[in-house]
Amino acid sequence: MTEEKTHHPEPSYLVDTGKYKGLMAWLTSTDHKRIGLMYMYAMMVFFAVGVLLGMIMRIELFFPGQQFYGPQMYNGIFTIHGIIMIFTVVIPGLAAVFGNFSMPIMIGAKDVAFPRLNLFSFYLYVLGAAIALASQFMGNGPPDTGWTFYAPYSIQTHTNVVAAVFGAFVLGFSSILTGLNFIVTMHRMRAPGMTFFKMPLFPWSLYATAWIQVLATPIVGITLLMIIAERWLRIGFFDPSLGGDPVLYQHLFWIYSHPAVYIMILPAMGVITEIIPTFSQKKVFGYRAIAISSLAIALVGYFVWAHHMYTSGMSATARWIFSLLTFLVAVPSAIKVFNWVATMYKGSISVKPPFLFALGFIFLFMIGGMTGLSLGALATNIHVHDTAYVVAHFHYIVFGGVGFAFFAAIYYWYPKMYGRMYNFKMANWSFVFLFSGFNLLYFPQFIIGIMGMPRRYFDYLPQFTFGHQLSFFGGVLLVIGFVIMLITLFSKKGAKAPDNPWGGRTFEWRIPSPPPLENFDIMPEMGENEQPYDYK
Amino acid sequence: MHTETVHITPYRAHAWVLIALLALTFVTITVTWIDLSALTVAIALLIASVKAYIVLTNFMHLKFESSLFRVFVGMVLAIYVLVILFTLSDYLFR
Amino acid sequence: MEHRDDIGAKLGMWVFIFTEILLFGGLFLVYAIMRLSYSNEFHQAAHHLNAFIGTINTIVLLVSSATVAMSITAVQKGNNKLAVLLLFITLICAAVFMVNKYFEWGHKIHIGLYPGSDLMVSLSHGQVMFFSLYYFMTGLHMFHLVVGGIILTIVMIKVQTGTINASRYVLLENGGLYWHLVDLIWIFLFPLLYLIT
Repeated sequence: MTEEKTHHPEPSYLVDTGKYKGLMAWLTSTDHKRIGLMYMYAMMVFFAVGVLLGMIMRIELFFPGQQFYGPQMYNGIFTIHGIIMIFTVVIPGLAAVFGNFSMPIMIGAKDVAFPRLNLFSFYLYVLGAAIALASQFMGNGPPDTGWTFYAPYSIQTHTNVVAAVFGAFVLGFSSILTGLNFIVTMHRMRAPGMTFFKMPLFPWSLYATAWIQVLATPIVGITLLMIIAERWLRIGFFDPSLGGDPVLYQHLFWIYSHPAVYIMILPAMGVITEIIPTFSQKKVFGYRAIAISSLAIALVGYFVWAHHMYTSGMSATARWIFSLLTFLVAVPSAIKVFNWVATMYKGSISVKPPFLFALGFIFLFMIGGMTGLSLGALATNIHVHDTAYVVAHFHYIVFGGVGFAFFAAIYYWYPKMYGRMYNFKMANWSFVFLFSGFNLLYFPQFIIGIMGMPRRYFDYLPQFTFGHQLSFFGGVLLVIGFVIMLITLFSKKGAKAPDNPWGGRTFEWRIPSPPPLENFDIMPEMGENEQPYDYK
Repeated sequence: MHTETVHITPYRAHAWVLIALLALTFVTITVTWIDLSALTVAIALLIASVKAYIVLTNFMHLKFESSLFRVFVGMVLAIYVLVILFTLSDYLFR
Repeated sequence: MEHRDDIGAKLGMWVFIFTEILLFGGLFLVYAIMRLSYSNEFHQAAHHLNAFIGTINTIVLLVSSATVAMSITAVQKGNNKLAVLLLFITLICAAVFMVNKYFEWGHKIHIGLYPGSDLMVSLSHGQVMFFSLYYFMTGLHMFHLVVGGIILTIVMIKVQTGTINASRYVLLENGGLYWHLVDLIWIFLFPLLYLIT
């Protein structure tokens, strides 16, 4: 990652200027940009592992019956696939990578409020991920509970649940500290003149995200500690044989884990909100509506958790309340989609790779969101609960939404990160493969889900064979898409990137690519009449 | 950026707060001796909330911080109360 | 130039306190649901707790909170010596609290009343839940008390050496905030566990 001399007086953040050189300089760096990149590299590794596990499942499901391995191993694989993808990839996800890399620059700060705490969060992340991964190899075999660790099974199974749960706990702690850091950063370190309502919308989405991280994660933290105490000490909160209540576990788990979906998707929406105006060269439509809808999603999204539990024996009152709230939370999400489309309207659009992925995001997120509503409706939910329909729905949100936004963000900020451009043609091909592969993989799951294919099943009835086989081929296309993307980004050095390759207006495009260590030579200010998206 | 005036709470104020808290502790213990059945919990929680309020505003200095801090504390407590209420919407109506 | 932002540091501490409140909030939620299901058994089980020790510990914690608050006043007035003394009293209070808890828990464990014990499993469901909650909640509280004690010890040393002084004391304030949090949680634990007979 060495970088030749630039014409700028300050060396770029990629040049080691401190006490250490090479790898140690990265591992000890408190620079928000380097920490962001380190998260990104770690996540790419975990993502690759997760994809591999996903493909191992798809291979097994190619035909009904047992092909290569047995049901217990299948249970272990879908569990660790979920743990890795949820806790180490999408939950830290865009906030940890691009929140760290871009947010301080976008608000005109030199770094986050607590740089050392930021590095500490990263190490907690690595530690938590390592513990979660180690759970696969220690004790009595990989956990087989699914990533949700539902009690009472999670307190009865002999597999290595404690390590996985503890890993998730540590990862949660890392997430809390990142959120804390971002809240203080955005409150205290905005450039002079940048009021909250002049802050770019990606930081806005991170602000809403950070509050969920801070206020929801502790609940799952304590819940996971309870699971450990159940297993070690038999405290029995969730064990019916001691008077405990398994449904209470589901409440506590989803009080965090539903808002966690918004921890994933809000920064994704924020990235899309940056990309759309830049590539339409048009002022974002409805700035305030987008900013406030982020907060609204965070707030309402906090109170929809029990829509995961319609079939768990909740009271009828609770079910309709949570169904109503679930429909409410769709409103601010839809506001964002309308605003994105309205921003594009009559803009001078240039279809570059980031924009292409942003469009892909909107398309996939809409399918994911709409199917989410059919799941949030009480009557239909009873039919499709715990079927492949649910699997398809949340992959459309978490992968089609968060994943595609992540790819869009990489393509968007890559020139700023490395000071290099990439091959647009190759990038477009990666989009073609990823987009078509994604739909081929997950759309059939909607259909076989409605037909009755349960989720998390090792075996299935013959009529679902064709759907599963389509999914397999979709998976192959996806993998090809990733490989193309990796080659595009990391195989060879592209041409030198200008400071502002896309004609963006936010602060990060006014500084050199790659940025100097302290981001700004002269600290930026925002004038009285300046707005974050002043396109002509 | 560091221009706001520092508020120094006198020792005596802290002492009075302590006395108030101890008095409330005494009250809450006394109340349990009287049998008020269902009301007992409500009264105990009410007194605890008053004590918490005193600690938050005085010892934790919220009285003298910028209103942002108070807004945040209020927001967090409101969210927590809502979480309890929504959970109870399940348990109370089964 | 070193970046210094006392308000930012305090804001960070408050946000951290929010996460702690919700951490215990999850437990209080479990308590509320269990209490709802097993109201009578909770009353019976609470008879086994020693309300006297509970009261002593409440008083000890309240005093310790007051001394921490006063130590801030002392530092602001430039009286570091007094501040160290006040912090030392706080730590003594923490130690007294721990010793009381040691005897309280020790007695229960001695008669075989602890999670997973034969006696515990033979109790009614509601009583099992009560004692499990008792151990879990007071245990987690004690953990926070120990962490708070460590933080205040570090703070005390820094006051002693003058690193914390009248012009720079946000660390003391933040340590104090954490300590008050420990107190706050006890303010709710005490009536909910000890005073429901």
